[in-house]
Amino acid sequence: MALIELKHVVGGYGGAPILNGVNMAIEKSDIGVIVGPNGAGKSTTLKAIFGLLRVTGGTIEFGGENVANSLPDRLVPRGLSFVPQEKNVFTSMSVEENLEMGAFTRKDDFSETMQWVYEMFPVLAEKRRQPAGELSGGQRQMVAMGRALMSRPKLLMLDEPSAGLSPRYVIEIFETIQRVNEEGVGILMVEQNARQALAFASIGFVLAGGQNRFTGTGAELIADPEVAKSFLGG
Amino acid sequence: MTEIIFFINQVVISGLVLGCIYALGAIGITLIFGILRFAHFAHSELMTGGAFIAFLLASAFAAWGIATPIPTGFVVLPLAMVLAAILALGIDKGFYAPLRKRGAKPVTLLIASIGVTLMIQGLIRLFFGAGSYSFFENEPKEIFRIDTSAIGSTRPLVITEPQVLMIVVTLVSVIALHFFLTRSRLGKAMRAMADNADLAQVSGINTALVVRVTWVIAGALACMAGTMLALDVTLKPDLAFNIILPIFAAAIVGGLGQAYGAIAGGLLIGFAETLAVFNWTMLFRPLNTILPDWLQLPAQLALVPTEYKLTVAFVILVVTLLVRPTGIFKGASS
Amino acid sequence: MIQRSLALFGGLFVLILVIGWVMGLPFTSSRLVEAAAYALIALGLNIQWGYGGLFNFGIMGFLMVGGAAVTFISFPVNPEFWGSDGPMMLGRALFAFAIGALIVLAARQAHRIGITGKWKGALTVLAWFCAYVLYRSQLDPAAAYIESAGGGWVGGLGAHPVLGWLFGGVLAAGIAYIVGKICLGLRTDYLAIATIGISEIIRALIKNMDWLTRGTLTVSPIPWPTPLPQDYQAGGMDIAASLIAARAGYLVLALVVLAIVMWLISRAYTGPWGRMMRAIRDNHVAASSMGKNVTSRQLEIFVFGSVLMGIGGAMLVSFVQIFDPSSYQPINHTFLIWVMVIVGGAGNNWGALFGAVLLWLVWVVSEPLSKAVFDFVSYWSTNAGWGAIPEIEARSAQMRVFVLGLVITIALRFAPKGLIPEVVKREG
Repeated sequence: MALIELKHVVGGYGGAPILNGVNMAIEKSDIGVIVGPNGAGKSTTLKAIFGLLRVTGGTIEFGGENVANSLPDRLVPRGLSFVPQEKNVFTSMSVEENLEMGAFTRKDDFSETMQWVYEMFPVLAEKRRQPAGELSGGQRQMVAMGRALMSRPKLLMLDEPSAGLSPRYVIEIFETIQRVNEEGVGILMVEQNARQALAFASIGFVLAGGQNRFTGTGAELIADPEVAKSFLGG
Repeated sequence: MTEIIFFINQVVISGLVLGCIYALGAIGITLIFGILRFAHFAHSELMTGGAFIAFLLASAFAAWGIATPIPTGFVVLPLAMVLAAILALGIDKGFYAPLRKRGAKPVTLLIASIGVTLMIQGLIRLFFGAGSYSFFENEPKEIFRIDTSAIGSTRPLVITEPQVLMIVVTLVSVIALHFFLTRSRLGKAMRAMADNADLAQVSGINTALVVRVTWVIAGALACMAGTMLALDVTLKPDLAFNIILPIFAAAIVGGLGQAYGAIAGGLLIGFAETLAVFNWTMLFRPLNTILPDWLQLPAQLALVPTEYKLTVAFVILVVTLLVRPTGIFKGASS
Repeated sequence: MIQRSLALFGGLFVLILVIGWVMGLPFTSSRLVEAAAYALIALGLNIQWGYGGLFNFGIMGFLMVGGAAVTFISFPVNPEFWGSDGPMMLGRALFAFAIGALIVLAARQAHRIGITGKWKGALTVLAWFCAYVLYRSQLDPAAAYIESAGGGWVGGLGAHPVLGWLFGGVLAAGIAYIVGKICLGLRTDYLAIATIGISEIIRALIKNMDWLTRGTLTVSPIPWPTPLPQDYQAGGMDIAASLIAARAGYLVLALVVLAIVMWLISRAYTGPWGRMMRAIRDNHVAASSMGKNVTSRQLEIFVFGSVLMGIGGAMLVSFVQIFDPSSYQPINHTFLIWVMVIVGGAGNNWGALFGAVLLWLVWVVSEPLSKAVFDFVSYWSTNAGWGAIPEIEARSAQMRVFVLGLVITIALRFAPKGLIPEVVKREG
C-alpha cells in the first residue's frame, strides 16, 4: 500500500477549481517531484493534501484513511509534515525554539530527534540560540526543514525548497533531502528547478492545467524529448 | 530634601502606580493584537467588568463577616480573575469568533468590539447606576507615612497599602508571564502564532487552544488592572473607559504584539504623564535663594496644565507613529 | 435591489409618521433637522470610509471644530473684548506663533548649512521647545487677561450663520489636511487610534481655551439662519405652531444643503475621479504600481469628507443655539456616525442617509421607549409587592448605549455590508 495516494483530486480556493482530477502515489522510499508550468497546480496539490484549501472531489489516502479536508493539527501527529515556500520560519524565535515548535504535537521526549536534526544540519547547532530571522537564506531553509522533521514525519512535503538559493545551496539542499529520504522519510516536493530536482527523483509528476500530463521516474522524464521540450526548457 | 521627597511622592510613586495599571492593560491588548490581529477596543470593559466582579466578591466577603489582613479587594482578586477570564472567553465565543469564521476584516472586528463596549457599559450602568463605589467602605485604606526627617526633609514619604500591593502584584505577574512565554510549550506556541500564524498552524499547533489561552490571560490581567485602579481611586462605570486610549498608546509605543514592549510602554506613559503635569518649581524652589531677583522661578512651571494630562499619552503616540511606527520593541505595523 | 431600497425608505417614512403622532410635531420636527445634519456628517464618513477605505475615528473632533467655527462667526460681537487690550495681546501671541514656526522651519533646513543627522534632529527638537516656550510666554498672559479683564472671551463676528457653516467646513478641512499628512501613511487600525487621539486633543484644547471658546462656560444663544420661533410668535402665531413653522424653515434649508451635497457626490462618484478612488480603495498596491499617487488621493478624500463633517457639526450647533464643549461625547459623536454608515450601507450615499435617519431616530426614541418599558415593569413589580425600580430616569438614559451596542452587533452579524449596500457595477 502506498504511503500516500491521491485519486482524482479536485479542489481550489473557492470559485473555479485549480486541481481537476490529480492522481499520485508515493512510497516511503520515494523522492517524488512535481514539476510543471506556472499555475499548473503544483503548490496547490501540496496545500490540498495539507488541508489548506477545500477539496471538493476525489480522495487523499494516507495511512489507510481519506484525510482530505483535515486540518494540519490532525495531520501532523499522523506523520505528515509541510515546509512552505515563503515565511517558513518563526523569525523572532531562536533556531532551537523553531525546532521545538515543530515538535509541538509530540507528547514524548523529542531530544533525540533534535540531536538528529543538529547532526543533519551542523550549522544550526552552532546558531541554536540565534533568532531565525538573522540567518541567511540557505540557513533559514535548513531551519524550516528541521522544524518539519521534528515531528518525525513519514512523509515530508516541501514547496520549492531551492527557491531563491544560490546554486551551491541548491545542490546541498537536494543532497540533504536525499539523506533524509535514506533515513526513512518519504519526500514529495514541488520544484521550479525541474532538471536538477528530477535528477534526484525516484518518481516525477508533470502537471499542467490541474491535471497529470506525464508520470515516470526522474531519469525517464529527463530523457523524454516531449517533456524536455514543453516543461524543462528544452 | 523636602522637595525631592515631594517629587518622589508626586512623580515616582504616582507614575509607577499608573504605569503598572497601563502596563497590565496594554499586555492584554498587545497579546490579542499579536494573536488575533485586531484592536480590542472592549478591553476597558474587561477591566471595569473585572473590577465590578471583584467588588461584588469583596462586598460578599464583608457581608459574610470575613475580615482580611490585607484589603479584601486583593484577597478576592484571584477568584475575580478566574471569573473575568471566563467572561473574556464568553465574549470572544459570542461576538468575535463568529465574525472571524466568516473571514471578517480587522476593521469589522474593531467595530464589533465597540459594540461590545457599549453593551457592557450599558449593562453595568443599568445594574449599578452611574455613581461611584468604594472598596473601602467597610475597612480602612491604610496609608503609610514614612518619616524622612532623618535625611532632612519635612515631608513624609506617602504611599498607600493598595499601592504597595499593586506594585508587588504587578511585578509578580510580569515575572510569571515571562516564564510562561519563554519556558512553557504553550507560551512559546503563543509567541509562534503571533510571529507567523500560518506557519504555526502548519506546524500542527492547536491554534484554537492558543486563542483561548490568550483570552484567559488578557481577561485575567485586565481584571487585575481594573481592580487595582478601583482600589487606588474609586469604582465607577466608566472607570477604564477613560484610560483605554492611553493603554492603546502604551501598547503601540511598546510595539504591537510584544508583551515586554507593552510593559515598557505602560511605564513610559505613566511616568510621562506624571512628569508632564508636575510643577517643577516645587522641586527647584531652593534655587530661588541663590538666583538673582529678576531670574526667580515662576509660581507654576509645569510642562502641561493638569487638564491636559491625558493628552500627554496621545502626543507620545503621535510622535511614536511619526518617528518609529513599529514601536520600541519593533512589533507589527503595516 | 431598488425595490428593497424603496421598501426600506417607505418603512422609514412610516416610522417618522408614527413618531410624529406619538411624540408630537414640535419634537419630531426638531429630530428631523438634527437627522439632516447627521446625514451630512454620515455622508462625510461615507466618503472617507466607503469610498476611501479610511478609518476616521476622530469625527467628534471635526464636529467640535465646526461648532466652534460657527460660534465664532455668527455670535454677536463682544465690544468689551475689542475695546480692551485683548486684541493687541492676541496679536503679539500670533506674532510669537509665527516666529516660533519660522524657528522650527529654519531648524528643518539646517542641513543646508551642513548640520545633518542626529545634530539636526537635536536642533529641531530644541527649536520646537523654544517655539513652544515663546508662544506660551505670550499666550498665557493674553489668555489670562482676556478671561479676567478683557471681556471674558473674544466673542464672535456677528456674521450670517451660513457663513459660519462654510467656515466650519474650511476649518475642518485645514485640520484634516494636517492630520492626514501625519497619519495617512499608517495602516488602518493605527489610523483609527491616531484619529481618536487627535480628536481628544482637539476636545481638550477647545474645552480649556476659555478665552477663545468660553470653554465649559458655554456660548448661547447662537443665532439661526432662518427665522426663530420667537420671530413667528411676534407675528401673532401661537407657541406650538411657531415651533413647527420655525423648525420647518430650518429643515428646508438643511435639506437644500443635503440635496446639493448628494448631487455633487454622485456626480463625482460616477465620474473618472470616483472610479480612480474606488480602484485605490479596493487594491492600493495595484493602483500605486500603476502610478497613481495613492497618498495624495487619500488625503483629498479625507479632506472632502471632513468638510462635510465640519458643516454638519456647525449646523447642529446653530440649531441647538448653544456651544457646549462638554456635551461632545465619543459615543454620540463618533461611534454613532460609524454605526449609521455601517448599518446603512458603506459605499452607498443613500445607504448612509438611510442609516443616519434611522439610527438617529432609534437613538432618540430608545430613551422614552425604555422609560415606558421601565415604568410598565415598575408598575407591575410595585403591584407584586417588590417596589418600584429605582432611578428609572438615569437607567433609561443608559439604555440608549446598550441598544446602540446591540444594533451594531446584530447589524454586523446579519447584514455585514449594510442595509442598502454599495452597488457594485460590473464593468464589462
